[in-house]
Amino acid sequence: MPTRLRDSPGARVGLSIAIATGLYGISFGALSVASGLDIWQTAALSLLLFSGGSQFAFIGVIAGGGTPVAAASAAALLGIRNAIYGMQLNALLHPRGWRRFAAAHVTIDESLATSTGQSDPLEQRRGFWVAGVGIFVLWNAFTLVGAFAGDALGDPKRWGLDGAAVAAFLGLLWPRLRSREAGAIAVVCALATVVAVPFVPPGIPILVAAVVAAAIGWFGSPRAPEGEGLEPDIDPYRGGDSPGRSTSAAGDT
Amino acid sequence: MSLWFWVIVACVIGFLTKLLGYLLPRKWLTNPRVARVAGILTIGLLASLTIANTVATGQQLALDARLGALVAAAIALWLRAPFLVVVIVGAAAAAGLRLLGWP
Repeated sequence: MPTRLRDSPGARVGLSIAIATGLYGISFGALSVASGLDIWQTAALSLLLFSGGSQFAFIGVIAGGGTPVAAASAAALLGIRNAIYGMQLNALLHPRGWRRFAAAHVTIDESLATSTGQSDPLEQRRGFWVAGVGIFVLWNAFTLVGAFAGDALGDPKRWGLDGAAVAAFLGLLWPRLRSREAGAIAVVCALATVVAVPFVPPGIPILVAAVVAAAIGWFGSPRAPEGEGLEPDIDPYRGGDSPGRSTSAAGDT
Repeated sequence: MSLWFWVIVACVIGFLTKLLGYLLPRKWLTNPRVARVAGILTIGLLASLTIANTVATGQQLALDARLGALVAAAIALWLRAPFLVVVIVGAAAAAGLRLLGWP
């Protein structure tokens, strides 16, 4: 039985996840300006790239002295999971015409998670669009807030903004470390990075780690759970003491 | 100008990657090996970015206040703090350690 939009569990979860995620656009905006991009480049990344992990990857490489090519490569590689999400959402929602392009643009960790956490097709659709469009609007608004605030701060190191970048990457990695295998992969790739740093130009160690990770994925044990590490940055259905994502219907019925 | 160019390239590739999922036949991307590579790549890149931002300064390795930020952020995450709080804790740890004289 279709519910009204204001009673819709999908829309409600989507809205709360939009507020939680949109707010951390502030940290992206501030870090982006601190790593040397101007306010317009920062705004362009949030408006056009619109994928938190890829955006942080781009500025993370630039901040470390890497070339823009390495930055774009890291961002592109980190965006590959979005192709898998797009395929899943296409099967779930079947958007047609211009909606397909709009759906592609707001295909991110959180809109996928909100949508696939619902069981009713109408709620899956509402969850996806409310989370996707809501995060897009808030993420862009708060990116600007962060960029202007960061610009006004002066020396980024004095405010520990390089420490904030470290924390941001760890925060993106953390929810994906649910299995022992995921933890082992993270350690191996971190080691590969540290070993590579003295020998190759800045930014390249990250691409070395990408090669190591892709090799593990391609040649590694096929018994490993499929889709390992494809969890969202923020779990829309986290609540109480259950850390895992609920695959049943709404969380709050 | 070159930075602008690569910003736009990253954005175009990012959008086309998302769109690809909507256009490709389903069986291409439901291949378990492809899904596994995508997942492991995500973990590997985020781990690499985390450690590179912690210990790399150009082509040099350095142990400085950023290490404190990493530890502080890990504690915050372990205590299930929300993302924005984790970022603020990381910044505060690095800024605080520098006030105390760490590089």
